[in-house]
Amino acid sequence: MYDFNYQRASSVADATTKHKAAEDARFLAGGMTLLPVLKQRLDQPSDVVDLADVKDLVGISEENGAIVIKAMTKHHDVEHSDLVKSKIPALAELAGTIGDPMVRNRGTIGGSLANSDPAASYPSAVLAMNATIHTDQRTIAADDFFQGMFTTALEPGELITKVSFPIPTKAGYKHFPNPASRFPIVGAFVAQTKDGTRVAITGAGPCAFRVPEFEKALGSAFDPAKIKDVKVSADGLNTDIHASAEYRAHLINVMARRAMGG
Amino acid sequence: MPAVKMTVNGKKVSGNVEGRTLLVQFLREHLGLTGTHVGCDTSQCGACTVHVNGRAMKSCTLLALHVEGAEVLTIEGLATGDKLHPMQEAFREHHALQCGFCTPGMVMSAIGIVNDHKELDEKTIRHQLEGNICRCTGYHNIVEAIGAAHKTMRG
Repeated sequence: MYDFNYQRASSVADATTKHKAAEDARFLAGGMTLLPVLKQRLDQPSDVVDLADVKDLVGISEENGAIVIKAMTKHHDVEHSDLVKSKIPALAELAGTIGDPMVRNRGTIGGSLANSDPAASYPSAVLAMNATIHTDQRTIAADDFFQGMFTTALEPGELITKVSFPIPTKAGYKHFPNPASRFPIVGAFVAQTKDGTRVAITGAGPCAFRVPEFEKALGSAFDPAKIKDVKVSADGLNTDIHASAEYRAHLINVMARRAMGG
Repeated sequence: MPAVKMTVNGKKVSGNVEGRTLLVQFLREHLGLTGTHVGCDTSQCGACTVHVNGRAMKSCTLLALHVEGAEVLTIEGLATGDKLHPMQEAFREHHALQCGFCTPGMVMSAIGIVNDHKELDEKTIRHQLEGNICRCTGYHNIVEAIGAAHKTMRG
């Protein structure tokens, strides 16, 4: 790892000010992606701005029919939150599948979303539940947020502060884990929302995406039988040593049905 | 170089580190606490697991400066004199180690698992151990030891 100038931020405003003043800074949330990236010398920031002391970026609450999770909330705390378990149990279940206990004790929802790893779990939940991402500058709809591999709508220096998940009537998450890394080869989050049932997939493409074919067949139903014969094209899906695009296309249907209890 | 302060195994410690100095380097190279091992250095194997403010974490993927002011517990801080911690005792009793390289991380993770779970069955133990790799034991005796220690620790 190349050395950098380490700074600690005391508030959101302090963090963005420090980021702006530095030549080429990165925010440090849990560090579960940033530190491995730095160790491999894939990135060389001049400054790292640590958010560990920003206490108003931590917490889970219910506001106006939505579960609001602040950006520095750890996966462990989402997994074990009584509020999340009672209102959106699928989201708590998803959080409990990320990495391993040590990663869940450190990794944060804001860090995961800002990174937009093709195989990250949270993006599927954000897209399926039509969540809103709040930053220090604006709000961004889930459908506009994920733009490609490791690419989001965030501008340089823009900081996620919280994510607001409208509570769905029903929701489910199932993934097919890579046997070694446990990252989803394909993960499916299905949510019955007031605007119909939404299906979002992670692990299969450059970033999380919705499946219009499934959503059309489902309408507002939460019924695995309705998509049993709906095929998904393998065009544009990932192929790697773990799975071909065709296999991932097959898994998308299987995981989406399992997410609905099928 | 920036100064860092923390409490390690109940003792206040400090040192000057680089921004990039990892917690595991601070523990091993600055404090001489070499019980915490570096297996893969890529946050996969769990040999470097320590507790930070009561939570199990991988010290190869934390900056020393990141845990400024924190309470850190390493494998050296578990036993009281000659009396082993119940998890260490269970690992000995159930022969949960062979070469021993992964053991410090296994024991620290295992204590985290027991702390996080009132009830603990074999399936849960195996799922919760996903972040620790052992290439000798086949895991079976480690799972047995954690189940036994859960009973002792939770009484």
